[in-house]
Amino acid sequence: MSIRHHLTDQLLMAYAAGDLPEAFNLVVATHVSLCDDCRARLASFEAVGGAMLEMADVAAMSDDSLAACMDRIDGLSQANARRPLKRAGIFPAPLADYVGGGPGKVKWRNLGMGVKQAILPTGKDASARLLYIPGGQAVPDHGHRGLELTLVLQGAFRDEKDRFGPGDVEIADEAMEHTPVAEEGEVCICLAATDAPLRFNAIIPRLAQPFLRI
Amino acid sequence: MQADEVDTDWAALVLRVRDHQDRAAFAALFRHFAPRVKAFLMKSGADATLAEECAQDVMATLWQKANLFDPSRASVATWVFTIARNRRIDALRKARRPEPEELPWGPEPEPDQAEVLEAQQDTERLGVALARLPEKQRALIERAFYGDLSHSEIAAETGLPLGTIKSRIRLALERLRQQMG
Repeated sequence: MSIRHHLTDQLLMAYAAGDLPEAFNLVVATHVSLCDDCRARLASFEAVGGAMLEMADVAAMSDDSLAACMDRIDGLSQANARRPLKRAGIFPAPLADYVGGGPGKVKWRNLGMGVKQAILPTGKDASARLLYIPGGQAVPDHGHRGLELTLVLQGAFRDEKDRFGPGDVEIADEAMEHTPVAEEGEVCICLAATDAPLRFNAIIPRLAQPFLRI
Repeated sequence: MQADEVDTDWAALVLRVRDHQDRAAFAALFRHFAPRVKAFLMKSGADATLAEECAQDVMATLWQKANLFDPSRASVATWVFTIARNRRIDALRKARRPEPEELPWGPEPEPDQAEVLEAQQDTERLGVALARLPEKQRALIERAFYGDLSHSEIAAETGLPLGTIKSRIRLALERLRQQMG
């Protein structure tokens, strides 16, 4: 997979520090699962957290805390150890965990013109959803208020300037005016997250702009 | 920090926990890291009781997941930080924390010792670099890591030498993919 559009340092640091809403964490974790470059950059930001922990103050633990911790460990059975999550088809492990499997497990809702979406269960401070966009159809508009991340899992979409293929993440904010359209061919499946309130009237598919269909 | 802790090889202790369920090694790790995790969680807004409880959880997770620790990619302090951060999100924000999938090959059984040393020394080097930052800049980074900033308030330019860490890990990943692929 040749990824051309990566996460920003700001997003990776916020993810490392634990400052992102759950829906954005899901996009970051899914992209990092596909991208060694962002995995390495993320690790460098996590190393800052490690250095801070090492330098930081200490708060004394109570006298019996080590013994209590050992008791807890003895009580942990092997069955309690969560097995590593597995990739399911085009869904990397963190996304497969939210869906409960691969693309076949998604509970799609039709939005019209062949476009479908499925909202994923996350905290309310931001929302995440999967989008299913047949070739030639416009990517549903999410309103572009706040920050919006769109990660391609299959197929590709284009806007006026760029192409986004599998593994690429598009980062958009209020200032961005654009009209992404799914490429002809394989259905485009994306994971999108936004911290703008969901506006249901804004996610009805639009007709693709004519200039992109030439 | 106690004088006898300065040169402790924390990574070797984690590997002893992993390979031999060594309780003495675990006790040494606990004495060093649990009070730091507790302080970290209290700065992130937990009261002393919750922070103590969570610090025990974090250390129990270290025991349980010792087989996932890769000393050539992260120092023990960094690894403990990631566990504590996830526990904080879980306990204080009541949110799930999606994590990237583990690399398909897992930690190497016999990691390259030079790489391990580099990774363990990163923490120390970054500590020195953090201490040298202007007070304002360091305070901003600290607030970010205590979960006190929103993503839009975070300045990605830390002023810290992260490029070398990134490059080293990137090269290691590339080499492993070639070997294992």
